[in-house]
Amino acid sequence: MMNGAQMVVEALRREGVEVLFGIPGGTVIPLFDAMVNAPFRQVLTRHEQGAVHAAEGYGRASGKVGVCLVTSGPGATNTLTGLADAHLDSVPLVVITGQVKTSLIGTDAFQEADIFGCSMPVVKHSFLVRTLEQLPAALAGAFHIARTGRPGPVLVDIPVDVQNARGEFDYPPALNFPGYSAEVAEELSGLDEARRLLERSERPMILAGGGIILSDAAEALLGLAEAGSIPVATTFMGKGGFPERHPLSLGTAGMHGRAQANRALCEADVVLAVGTRLSDRTTGRPDGFAPKAKLIHVDMDRAEVGKTFSPQVGLVGDAAKVLSLLAPSVEGKDCRAWRETLDGWTRSYPLEPAPDVLSAPLVIRAVRRLVDEETVVVTEVGQHQMWAGLHWETNRPRSFISSGGLGTMGFGLPAALGAAFATGKPVVCFAGDGSLLMNIQELESCSRYNLPVKVIVLNNGSLGMVRQWQELFFDERYAQTLEGVHCDFVALAESFFMRGYRVKVAEELEETLKEALETPGPALVDCVIPWRDKVFPMVPAGAALGDFLWPDGGPTES
Amino acid sequence: MAIHTISVLAQDNPGVLSRLAGLVSRRGYNVTSLSVGKTHRPGLSRFTLVVNGDDVSVEQIVRQLDKLIEIVEVRNLSEDKFVERWMTLIKVRAPLDVRPHVLQTAEIFRCRIIDIGEDAIVIEATGDRGKVEACLEAVRPFGVIEVASSGAVALGRTGFGARKESPVAAIQL
Repeated sequence: MMNGAQMVVEALRREGVEVLFGIPGGTVIPLFDAMVNAPFRQVLTRHEQGAVHAAEGYGRASGKVGVCLVTSGPGATNTLTGLADAHLDSVPLVVITGQVKTSLIGTDAFQEADIFGCSMPVVKHSFLVRTLEQLPAALAGAFHIARTGRPGPVLVDIPVDVQNARGEFDYPPALNFPGYSAEVAEELSGLDEARRLLERSERPMILAGGGIILSDAAEALLGLAEAGSIPVATTFMGKGGFPERHPLSLGTAGMHGRAQANRALCEADVVLAVGTRLSDRTTGRPDGFAPKAKLIHVDMDRAEVGKTFSPQVGLVGDAAKVLSLLAPSVEGKDCRAWRETLDGWTRSYPLEPAPDVLSAPLVIRAVRRLVDEETVVVTEVGQHQMWAGLHWETNRPRSFISSGGLGTMGFGLPAALGAAFATGKPVVCFAGDGSLLMNIQELESCSRYNLPVKVIVLNNGSLGMVRQWQELFFDERYAQTLEGVHCDFVALAESFFMRGYRVKVAEELEETLKEALETPGPALVDCVIPWRDKVFPMVPAGAALGDFLWPDGGPTES
Repeated sequence: MAIHTISVLAQDNPGVLSRLAGLVSRRGYNVTSLSVGKTHRPGLSRFTLVVNGDDVSVEQIVRQLDKLIEIVEVRNLSEDKFVERWMTLIKVRAPLDVRPHVLQTAEIFRCRIIDIGEDAIVIEATGDRGKVEACLEAVRPFGVIEVASSGAVALGRTGFGARKESPVAAIQL
């Protein structure tokens, strides 16, 4: 016999949970009580949004299910942003929320929120456990659904009386999801046509999305690309799915993608898009995306194929498997003329920043030189994020972590905390001053656990991405974006008992970064950068990919 | 744009209606009618949705619905032959002087009279959508007081050739 809370702990242990992020509260006191001697670590964050993003960071860095435990009412609603974030980026996540006792549900009781109902549009699935008998199946089901198929977040809402009820525990229970299969329902009838298109193509390219990383398909992708010398661009979420130092890499495509990647998409005659939902940020105006190409779209989620584009060939299946099946058809291709054209474009749009002016690209590249390839980098959301996408050379899956679909400011710092628990190694967190302040309280968590989270603030004293849009598209009316930041980040870091540094000129950069990276535990480096800097290339919202903005009027033709 | 009838078999769990309706409204699909009821298998409900859309957007509805964990099967019945019925209850003014005319009209549509009062009757019109709508128009001049409609319920046709059975019996619950 054990109580419901003990069953949760035992279920988490059997699911292989190593660490759980959360904050106690009224309706989860039994759960936290049962975890006092649990064989997994419990990490206390300072806000439930911090806990859920930390669990996401853990899940994204490790590929395992991130777990978050919070109380009912505000604790639960504070996780909604994280659930939505994980839903859009397909992150395996289980969020357990306490709930008022079953007899009080529906009475507007203290700290009651219908989180089961609230969560529906932003989860892969959710459970409201009404009886103790339902508990084991809900927990086993939550982990099964979160980690299999296209991964995603699952919510389990457990009323406090269910946590206290006693009964026999049988685990794992038989799963009863007749409408859900962990296996991909393949649709590969277009395989031959896809092969034919690739074989005959003269200007082929691959657009690789986050699905490459989720399906552990990086090796298969490399195999296909190298077999036919086919250039590869990634989406922002696909960053890390293909080594960016590789000669076939075009970098990221999309709104702030590399010029050569976007131009390639405009000129290619066949585009093989794998593991991407072809979102608006990746494709730009639909009729300007791959206008000369036959599109082959591969995804494990049948609903993504044909959702935003009607491909010539749609294939539903696991990315690694489909790529391996397609590889023989490109064997021996050369595409030399095409690759030379692309290399020319790469030379025409150089990204190297001026070496003597402290700028975000300069800082990002300097940090890159100082850490090894395995180092996980996490970003917040905004200009710095896009600069990181452009300038942080990423060569390994799961080493670049960012909020892609939802674009959640305040994601980065807690996600870095979670990633540090996943890797046990230093984690770099690039943050804008705006984003960082959205979940700044998690500096306290980093400090309390003495985690090697290195926060690099790219401080332009403005909400830079919106300011960039205002400069370009709103006649320089800087509504609420240039209010200044009344905050001393160095003093703030030190108040949390962690090292803080400030860099104002390029000459001091390298040495300060070195010291911050070598100092054990957390550190913050406040890099003061010009407020007027804009991220280029930029495809304006609603424009075609080829119509990207580039500073000083245009490319350097080579 | 065309009318499609989509049949959804779902686990009979609390919240499943809300999940389905939420998905349909969140993605902006144009739903003309939605009905739900139990099936012969305990634990399974059948939803019938009538949606207006082009083939691509209807295929998206089918695929998105199919992703919901509790939804066991989704079929676009309009891709094949199917039978469909709507039921409408119409409370119509029928004072004694015109009552024979009302009853005559109801008879034309093979309606049943299921309630009768001092100056009104309730008639039950059942049939395909066109018939039910025509019936409502036909009695409108008498003065319609209230209407309640079921929305469509539909099943694929069994036919005489190779029977394309929905494997409801095979579903493990």
